[in-house]
Amino acid sequence: MNDSAAPQTVDLEALYQGSSVADVLASLDNELVGLVPVKTRIREVAALLLVEKARRAVGLQAEPPSLHMCFTGNPGTGKTTVAQRIATILHQLGYIRRNHVVSVTRDDLVGQYIGHTAPKTKEVLKKAMGGVLFIDEAYYLYRPENERDYGQEAIEILLQVMEDRRDDLVVVLAGYKDRMDTFFRSNPGMASRVAHHIDFPDYSADELLCIANIMLEKMHYALSVDGQGAMRDYIERRMQQPRFSNARSIRNALDRARLRQANRLFAGRATPVAVEALQTITEDDVRASRVFTQVRPA
Amino acid sequence: MKLTQGQFSFLPDLSDAEITLQVQYALENGWAVAIEHTSDPHPRNVYWNMWGNPMFDLRDAAGVMMELKACRAEHNDEYIKIIAFDSRKGWESVRMSFIVNRPAFEPGFELVRTEGPGRNLGYQLRSFATSRPPVAP
Repeated sequence: MNDSAAPQTVDLEALYQGSSVADVLASLDNELVGLVPVKTRIREVAALLLVEKARRAVGLQAEPPSLHMCFTGNPGTGKTTVAQRIATILHQLGYIRRNHVVSVTRDDLVGQYIGHTAPKTKEVLKKAMGGVLFIDEAYYLYRPENERDYGQEAIEILLQVMEDRRDDLVVVLAGYKDRMDTFFRSNPGMASRVAHHIDFPDYSADELLCIANIMLEKMHYALSVDGQGAMRDYIERRMQQPRFSNARSIRNALDRARLRQANRLFAGRATPVAVEALQTITEDDVRASRVFTQVRPA
Repeated sequence: MKLTQGQFSFLPDLSDAEITLQVQYALENGWAVAIEHTSDPHPRNVYWNMWGNPMFDLRDAAGVMMELKACRAEHNDEYIKIIAFDSRKGWESVRMSFIVNRPAFEPGFELVRTEGPGRNLGYQLRSFATSRPPVAP
């Protein structure tokens, strides 16, 4: 702040402590593994909104910043999870009025016949007002191969609302990187109205192991010591295989491991089972996966 | 003659900010909000034209205000009202209803007397707005 021109100062620290931003950012750090660029950007947005609040408090007027975002990244990198959190963060920062996310795909926006699209899109927009509209796999909205596709109509209505009702609605688009790039190339209006393009990086093997442990903890399971090593092995092998989708693959692997664990316990039901055994996933449960037996495709 | 129907009709007209607050109250109660318009203000006219479908599952009044703006742009010379419908068992009826737009000039009503046999008199209320043929836009 320019102290000589304006005698009063603004206590940003007090503002920061007064809002629950600190808690939100901390929980983001603790509960989401990796995703450094994402966290950095959210931190920047939080700082911007906080400063904006301080500026408003001393009467400095500015247009509310545009917060429409685009999340790109490979499958299972946490785009949807972060979108859910964005609503909470923006709500606690006072940027949006309601803490809610309306999650839609092409089907919810685009109609099936002439005149069907506009009411459908508007209905969704009205439901999302005051909160976040999350459009998953947004590139499906635009189908270049069919020039009479109604997706274009939905895009136009979206654009108009994104521009006019910036303080009522935050639109988050999500999708795979290459296809979103094509989408933006063919819809330059959309590209210029989305201020924040955030790329979700793939997870490393260490991060995936960390995610696996967090997932298991939430379900009240734990890996045995040998199980940890096996899981690590599993992750490294699975990453080499086709159709690997980061955290989603890990969740599926854990679900199958639970299946095998249950099967193992059931097979030995003649003897009483310790409580600890009920919540432990052992090396064998993990190693039985077909990832270890399958011959790697050439 | 200022039409007095529904809530708040004896008060000065609600501002948009006040309408937003009322709509938000309805939404927070879980009522479906609808917009209706008519050119016939007769009190017995319960069938106003619907402006789109009733809005279910809204969380914020901004969506309703967006529709109201669109409705005003098209029917600025008509009466527009906002109603809130409570679908819960036992209620299943309109909980709120208030006028949010009036024509610039409200012609009011005419009392029509019809003479019957003997000294009988029939009375009829008729809105001036409907006694004129509609004007082409």
